[in-house]
Amino acid sequence: MTLAESILAARCGREKVLPGEFLDVPVDLVMTTDATGLISMEQFRRMGAKRAFDPEKIVFVMDHFVPARTVESAEAIRALRSFARELGAKWFEGGQAGICHVLLPEQGLVAPGEVVVGGDSHTCTYGALGAFATGMGSTDIAVAMATGQVWMRVPETLRVVYKGRPGKWVGGKDLILHTIGLLGVDGATYMAMEFTGEALQFLDMDHRFTMANMAVEAGAKAGLFPVDSKTLEYLEGRVQKRMSPPVWDSRAACQELLEVDVSALEPQVALPHSPANVREVGSLGGLSIDQAVIGSCTNGRIGDLRLAARVLQGKRVHREVRCLVLPGSPEVYLQALEEGLVAAFVKAGAVVGPPTCGPCPGGHMGVLAQGERCVSTTNRNFLGRMGSPKAEIFLANPAVAAASAIMGRIAHPEEVLER
Amino acid sequence: MIRGRVHKLGHNVDTDAIIAVKWAGLTDPKELGRHCMETLDPGFAQRVKPGDILVAGKNFGCGSSREIAPWSIKGAGIGCVIAESFARIFFRNGINISLPLIQCAQAAQAAREGDILEIDPASGKIRNETQGTCFQASPYPKFIQELIQAGGLVEYTRQGLARGI
Ligand code: SF4
Repeated sequence: MTLAESILAARCGREKVLPGEFLDVPVDLVMTTDATGLISMEQFRRMGAKRAFDPEKIVFVMDHFVPARTVESAEAIRALRSFARELGAKWFEGGQAGICHVLLPEQGLVAPGEVVVGGDSHTCTYGALGAFATGMGSTDIAVAMATGQVWMRVPETLRVVYKGRPGKWVGGKDLILHTIGLLGVDGATYMAMEFTGEALQFLDMDHRFTMANMAVEAGAKAGLFPVDSKTLEYLEGRVQKRMSPPVWDSRAACQELLEVDVSALEPQVALPHSPANVREVGSLGGLSIDQAVIGSCTNGRIGDLRLAARVLQGKRVHREVRCLVLPGSPEVYLQALEEGLVAAFVKAGAVVGPPTCGPCPGGHMGVLAQGERCVSTTNRNFLGRMGSPKAEIFLANPAVAAASAIMGRIAHPEEVLER
Repeated sequence: MIRGRVHKLGHNVDTDAIIAVKWAGLTDPKELGRHCMETLDPGFAQRVKPGDILVAGKNFGCGSSREIAPWSIKGAGIGCVIAESFARIFFRNGINISLPLIQCAQAAQAAREGDILEIDPASGKIRNETQGTCFQASPYPKFIQELIQAGGLVEYTRQGLARGI
């Protein structure tokens, strides 16, 4: 069986499941945030639910509009806090909280082989750990909180086999942007993407989180990685619960297969207004920029900040560019402090902000004015996503974002290091 | 039966275009409806009459899981969305909150802005009165039909919880 089938079958106590089948799947973790939690709360009440199926398995993360952006978001957080208390659920806010998809794996809340549903489309991030994780709407999440189950259609599998060894400035972000460019934004709709191939051995967990994170940008329901020594190393000391990693057959029949040779791949950039509108960084002719954002659930981990720091260290951010660095969680922040990365960013003239989604969904802390151009390590460059509908967003890896911040235009990291 | 005027959209209309994240604090469908599509088309909500029909291209509703997207469409008074295809989370959300969503590429491609359509969501029959044509969408899987018959996922679950499941 494919990874997706194997996990769903095991969790449903079945020997085998087939793509297209509808199942009631028991869930191991249910997550919600300040962006989508309120409707879940209302729906929970509306369906007459009295208690959580298991308070230990419900997590609230206040990450999108924090520290509270408006009175309205403060009120939403206040209402959710009392709802979480009523359920007895896990609650992360303030200095305990980070961006949900950075935080949950770090806290050891997700283990391989588990089924996780979250009220956020990038819940697929946890597929990096070999979990079947998928984003759902608030009503589904309310049902999962109450019953511990969700309805699911077993997805077809699209296997992507990465061959070769990625070059120096090429990482998970470039592989996934390139893949989305090949597939299109609906190329994997309803499917589970299964990331495999020899190139994986060169990709640390932070790169894999980035890739699984963006599976939804090709329309996928989940993006899964097999569990290997890098996964186990990451999980060690984090996950306390007993783990049952999925059984996986790398040759199991899948519905679609895509082979990608990454050895000659250049850093990739997605142009406005689609994550599938992908080109090589060198082909953009040095478009000038107004802002660079390094952070988010896609690229807000320590590996990402190290990459950015390698470029920014000892350099200056261009006078006409705002460079924003938002570590994805308190753990990432602290690690960056200890390694001297935060000092390097501040010395270079970047703004280092708190762990929050901030400008990524156009919430706050760096939204864009009309006519502005931004290079961002986030995952969506939809029209109006980060503020004005007349702004432009270019998606790239952290090294490209850092290099562009220095040059004042979209640039390859080598251009900075050559100077 | 749903009968209304077509508002036509293109491919890959994403949830940020359907409703901007700055409205994420709202939960009332009517209020959400006032901001539906305002990034793409600021006059949209004013032009929609109750029962009107949204017709879109491929991958309608891609992007976020924010349920305010289908709620805002419902709140704006749209009676049904026909698309060449839907993004996964949006499709779930729409079905869960009983916003009729019909996948039918031929009907979607043929429909023009302002056409009058008559739709029977239960059978999947679509009649384009303006052009005098008929289309048949493939029926929903059985499980989804049950959900729709129950009146959406909240009602479906409420009945289940009341039975002690
Ligand atoms: S960082 Fe952006 S994409 Fe990630 S959860 Fe926050 S808003 Fe969503």
